[in-house]
Amino acid sequence: MAQNQSEIRYLTPPSVEIKKKKYCRFKKNKIKYVDYKDPEFLKKFLNEQGKILPRRLTGTSLKYQRKVAQAVKRARHLALLPYVTDLMK
Amino acid sequence: MSNRYETVFILTPVLSDVQMKEAVDKFKALVVENGGKMVNEENWGLRKLAYPIQKKSTGFYNLFEFDAEPSFVEKLEIAYRRDERVIRFLTFKLDKYAQAYSEKRIKKSKEVKEN
Repeated sequence: MAQNQSEIRYLTPPSVEIKKKKYCRFKKNKIKYVDYKDPEFLKKFLNEQGKILPRRLTGTSLKYQRKVAQAVKRARHLALLPYVTDLMK
Repeated sequence: MSNRYETVFILTPVLSDVQMKEAVDKFKALVVENGGKMVNEENWGLRKLAYPIQKKSTGFYNLFEFDAEPSFVEKLEIAYRRDERVIRFLTFKLDKYAQAYSEKRIKKSKEVKEN
């Protein structure tokens, strides 16, 4: 029974993603203030439609995610960042 | 107890340079008149807006950083609302991390100017 178990050959080898340990970039580089005035930095936290990425993807801690969200909303108010767009990157 | 504030406002692009300068000076005078102290002033010039505001897709961005009494911010915002050249504004109180960040930014922009 075990013998033919190992015979199973997958068409495509199962890609075992090496689990990259997510870290909060603000804690690592000791950034204390998220500036709402430079959109380039904030774009790292937005997806193509200009929506804010969730913490589980960016891995930022709750405290800094709130600061980032606040900064993005201020940047949107000042038309530095669009509210909704397509293919922004 | 005066706090450190930072305000960014956008002027309509339809203004001539003279009008634009006069508008900026008007707000600067307002700050100094009411016992505020200008710390930094930046003019990002004509920039493309991410979405059209009042049917216009570009605008003159100006940034003021100043120390003022909390009661002054209300006056400043009323002045912004009254002035129809200003199409968007945002006032923001700087906490100590924000102040440290802006000081670093001013130093960096000074170095760029020198060399």
